[in-house]
Amino acid sequence: MNYDRFLNERIAAVPPSGIRRFFDLAANMKDTISLGVGEPDFKTPYSIRSVAVDSILDGETQYTANRGLLELRQEISIYLSGRYHISYDPNTQILVTIGASEAIDLALRAMLSPGDEVLVPEPSYVSYSPGVIFAGGTPIGVETLEKDEFRLKAENLEKVITPRTKLLILPYPNNPTGGIMEKSDLEAVADVVRRHDLFVISDEIYSELMYDGRTHVSFASIPDMYDRTLTINGFSKSFAMTGWRVGYACGAAEIIGIMNKIHQYSIMCAPRQGQVAAAAALRSGRENNYEEVSRMRDSYDRRRRLMVHAFREMGLHCFEPFGAFYVFPSIRSTGLSSEEFCSRLLKEKSIAAVPGTAFGPCGEGNIRCCYATAIDKLNIALDRMADFVASCR
Amino acid sequence: MTKLETSLLDLLKEDCRLPLEKLSAMTGATMEEVAATIDDLEKRRVILRYAPMINWDLTDRERVEAIIEVRVTPQRDMGFDAIARRIYCFDEVKSVFLMSGSYDLLVLVEARTLKELAGFVSGKLSPLENVTGTSTSFVLKRYKEEGVIFDSGESDHRLVISP
Repeated sequence: MNYDRFLNERIAAVPPSGIRRFFDLAANMKDTISLGVGEPDFKTPYSIRSVAVDSILDGETQYTANRGLLELRQEISIYLSGRYHISYDPNTQILVTIGASEAIDLALRAMLSPGDEVLVPEPSYVSYSPGVIFAGGTPIGVETLEKDEFRLKAENLEKVITPRTKLLILPYPNNPTGGIMEKSDLEAVADVVRRHDLFVISDEIYSELMYDGRTHVSFASIPDMYDRTLTINGFSKSFAMTGWRVGYACGAAEIIGIMNKIHQYSIMCAPRQGQVAAAAALRSGRENNYEEVSRMRDSYDRRRRLMVHAFREMGLHCFEPFGAFYVFPSIRSTGLSSEEFCSRLLKEKSIAAVPGTAFGPCGEGNIRCCYATAIDKLNIALDRMADFVASCR
Repeated sequence: MTKLETSLLDLLKEDCRLPLEKLSAMTGATMEEVAATIDDLEKRRVILRYAPMINWDLTDRERVEAIIEVRVTPQRDMGFDAIARRIYCFDEVKSVFLMSGSYDLLVLVEARTLKELAGFVSGKLSPLENVTGTSTSFVLKRYKEEGVIFDSGESDHRLVISP
């Protein structure tokens, strides 16, 4: 039977993620060391897990409020205010979602009308552009360059703005590049946003993972940007809670209200135990000055330095990433395309990495390598990669 | 403790075979600084030795381990230190701890056979002056030591590739 007639044309036309092909290839290979993961190698701290187990044993198995447990929203409010100096009302301005991914999807669906254009810096996380299309909008890529350390430059942003431009997605610290935006970078972007009357979806899921003494600045904390920003964050990366699927969106009550309308009809609420665990993560973090987060960050930082050092030793050009847990080296000197490099690396050396092109066309010439892997495995992977790079020359 | 010292201890605790070059890359210090810091940690006896953790159950070496709770009478001016020293000097003794609670010293011992270990308790440990009682428990199975789980296989449940 031909199902074309029954499928949504717009959605069916979106190509599958570039990561998918590599997943299928790598999943079938034995003894592969993967640098292609996008999540922490830590387990959720035991104290957080045990709170969720207690909640299950105590019979807390019901729906929560659509917007999420009030206790969690209150903790989120305290966290954002204390950590990033942005203040949100737990009753009207915070929505707890199934990971930051749902928050992004809801935001796009709540704000886009057909034909609206959304500026998406590239390279960036794979779901933004498809999400824009699913919501009826048109994604417009904004190139970021290695020479700028993959920061979003105001002049490049300005070049692609049209009268139809409505939203800007601001994904920093960035997956896949590890690039960050410092306050002055954000201020330059804010000026463009103000002048062109844009609204910003700021995906700050890696906000806790910044290194070398740098700290995250929330876009909503830049003067005049609070009313123009939807802040999205979650627990997956900072607290090693990917499988719990808990994220949140914070912003104007009017926008959160519309997002909640979609959320309540389609989702009802994020899973209760994930919310209970998330509240415990923030509560204990507040009490012990985010000790667990610091411990994990220190560990990532050592491996970040190790990986950057190793790539430079191999002769691969590699800017120093100060955020997230990815390194995005250039493999141009090998003469291979990103796809060829990753395919051959997987087949010949059993090392999985992700071609930069999976994150947008301007990722060509780079590969994404995640350093959230045990040091012994990381060293083996980097040694094998060095052999491979040498064999390409 | 400096940040460099703490970082080096964290790294060496996990893998003491990491070469200077990698330790230097990971800490951001020069190789000379790393070498000097490790040297200093050794001199100050913060680092005592570099030894592998071995799963003896997978070898053909026969060995029996026991944990002995020892009650002692502390000595004037010496407290528990003198008797602890007498005990830790025996080759069979792997670890000795002074404890709070219902007994005084916790002694971990290792011998080749049960008979040898029984001989140690009855012939060497119990007769010591100031030892007033012992309670011996044999180790049946080792599950986790120094943060390493002995009987688990691969525990990375992550997808090989994810966005």
